[in-house]
Amino acid sequence: MRHLLSIADLTRDDIERILDRAAAFEEVSDRDIKKVPALRGRTVLNLFYEASTRTRSSFELAAKRLSADVVNFAASGSSVEKGESLKDTVLTLTAHSPDAIVIRTPNAGAAALVAGWTTAAIINAGDGKREHPTQALLDVHTLRRKLGSLEGRNIWIVGDVAHSRVARSNVLAFRMMGAHVTVCGPPTLIPRGIEALGCEVRYDLDDLREADVVYALRMQHERMDQHFVPSLREYAAQYQINGRRLGPRQVLMHPGPVNRGVELSGEVVDSPQAVITMQVKSGVVVRMAVLYEVLAGGAPSLRQRPARPTARQLA
Amino acid sequence: MSARDCGARLVCAPTRSADLLVRGAHALDPRTGIDGEHDVLVRDGQIAEIGAPGSLAAPAGCEVIDGSGRHLFPAFVDPHVHLRTPGQEHKEDLETGTRSAAAGGYCAIVAMPNTAPVVDCAPIIGALLDAGAREARIPVGFSACITRGMDGAELTEMAELRALGAACFTDDGRPVVNAGVMRRALQYQRLCGGVLALHEEDPSLSGEGAMHEGAVSALLGVAGIPSISESTMVARDCALALYEGGRIHIQHLSARESVEAIAAAKASGVAVTCEASPHHLTMLDEDVRELDTRRKMNPPLREAGDREALIDGLRSGVIDCIATDHAPHARDEKEVPFERAPMGTTGLESAFSAVYTDLVLPGTLSLGLVVEKLTAGMGCIDLLVPQIAVGEPANLVLVDLAAEWVVGEAGYESRSENCCFAGRTLKSRVLLTVAAGAVAYRQRSILLSAA
Repeated sequence: MRHLLSIADLTRDDIERILDRAAAFEEVSDRDIKKVPALRGRTVLNLFYEASTRTRSSFELAAKRLSADVVNFAASGSSVEKGESLKDTVLTLTAHSPDAIVIRTPNAGAAALVAGWTTAAIINAGDGKREHPTQALLDVHTLRRKLGSLEGRNIWIVGDVAHSRVARSNVLAFRMMGAHVTVCGPPTLIPRGIEALGCEVRYDLDDLREADVVYALRMQHERMDQHFVPSLREYAAQYQINGRRLGPRQVLMHPGPVNRGVELSGEVVDSPQAVITMQVKSGVVVRMAVLYEVLAGGAPSLRQRPARPTARQLA
Repeated sequence: MSARDCGARLVCAPTRSADLLVRGAHALDPRTGIDGEHDVLVRDGQIAEIGAPGSLAAPAGCEVIDGSGRHLFPAFVDPHVHLRTPGQEHKEDLETGTRSAAAGGYCAIVAMPNTAPVVDCAPIIGALLDAGAREARIPVGFSACITRGMDGAELTEMAELRALGAACFTDDGRPVVNAGVMRRALQYQRLCGGVLALHEEDPSLSGEGAMHEGAVSALLGVAGIPSISESTMVARDCALALYEGGRIHIQHLSARESVEAIAAAKASGVAVTCEASPHHLTMLDEDVRELDTRRKMNPPLREAGDREALIDGLRSGVIDCIATDHAPHARDEKEVPFERAPMGTTGLESAFSAVYTDLVLPGTLSLGLVVEKLTAGMGCIDLLVPQIAVGEPANLVLVDLAAEWVVGEAGYESRSENCCFAGRTLKSRVLLTVAAGAVAYRQRSILLSAA
């Protein structure tokens, strides 16, 4: 696999191979010296155009545990603030010959675009509202550990689906692993046509009991300013996952950071059904497996798309 | 219109009137009814004689062009192109834009006023007309803004602008959001004349949208521009135009609902014409899946049902013409993530070939209808409708329908290369364009051959 840009580029076999390797890396995280030399001498560049502590540090830890050298390049305080274009930034950074670039941008398709400008392997750490493939992989990993197979499981994704790259990647990944996916949220935050992803759509939590897994999305405060919902209070009344709504055998997930009292009540965050910290832990080993996959090579995916031809090639 | 309406001016650099004989080409003009192999003789820039193939002799000094196996149409016209002048000449200028038009088979075009600065006062349109008279390869008209600064608040000095020769009035690129301002423009039209050409969009519905709202935008996580953003404004402006007795032209229709709104308006007597673009007639939101910024335009590429409605609209006459909305952007402006890229595709050089390949060859539309719609656009704003008839100025395009080319492979005449058809193999190629009696474009294979 050359790049990880989208869950849609993967096959079920790809996902299983990556997650089997992640399981093998779990042992490394439990050692006293948490390091293997798999990627020694390789350079991983974290290029983050959006604020991120968790994802960036998770990638950094993953790369370091594989003995790679890591450089963090944040958009603030850099040439980006001086008006440099994405392409010029990538060309500049490519001059340092990184082996992999982990990129997060506020724009859909930016990771794929960057893949056409550099020789480095590109790992999409979030492109706008489109995808966040490593989040989906770590969530599948967490569920495989918790439940075994996802085959035939009912998974509800609840919240602001419209603005969530996590929702898009996870619907694709959960479906690929055989689960049945329902998205649920305020009608103003469910995009028209989302059924095309192969999920069901609900606007209330009346049938939440049918879910084996409840995946709550972060409700971002800025959506309030845009009046997608009348108030956080009303949102919580309609969509908060709390002790009354969550059944004892349901698994509760959340991509973090949690707004306690909004999308989740404090009691369910602290309940044994919640696997939120397990997701964080999976994040490191899954990202180790992804870095290993693109840098040390796994089986090439037949579904890997060729890079988009540039205007220059077509002209 | 008012007696003070002096009408639009089309300007062009000085040219040499052509003397040429096109022998044996299949001449097709749905307006005059000509449809078959003919010799067409152009003398001093006018169509002098039309005869049976092989019947006309070339006078001395007249160029003879072998038209056998080729088609001769009235040259195309486009009431909606962006020439980016003044202010954005790195995208296009009057020379490159009109050269691009000539290469696409066009004999006249109208430039939009959303330049930098916008065309909203007499000195700017005066300077443009002067520049056009020096630089334009084919006749070009300049539209002026409806509102000052294109801000949608105050009317421009429309009477003065029209007296100087504004081709029409438009805030293209933006809608006139305020219905009261739109109404005043329609009232003022009684004084100044000039059709109001309207970009229809409700910004409160379009929001941050970057593509059509539907399954593909949901999948890509890109904010959508819903069809109703366009159709509600179309319906509103048709109602206003009916009430005030105004003349409007709706630009770049994209949605099924808009076609329905125009059909209803025409049925109830609104003086409205409208256009559809080659890209909306041939491409879908599905084609944006790879987030190629050359396929980002406003209005966006929509769904199969929308495309079918546009095609039906051409057939039924609800849609009057095909216009390109040629919108050049520099490469580095388009080499950015999709959501950040400017809207627009170039289209003059590929318009006929795209429509011919995707609509005529599969049998969806007749060749005659396509020629009619590609030559009707300036008629919508009371300007030139080219015809193949004796005594008419020569506005002709010679086309090889069998030729194949890859869009962009040999570059473009336009300064910009953001063509949504780039890389596609299209059938039919423009060989020769005669505009206002002068040869404006000649493909390499058409050699000079004076008799």
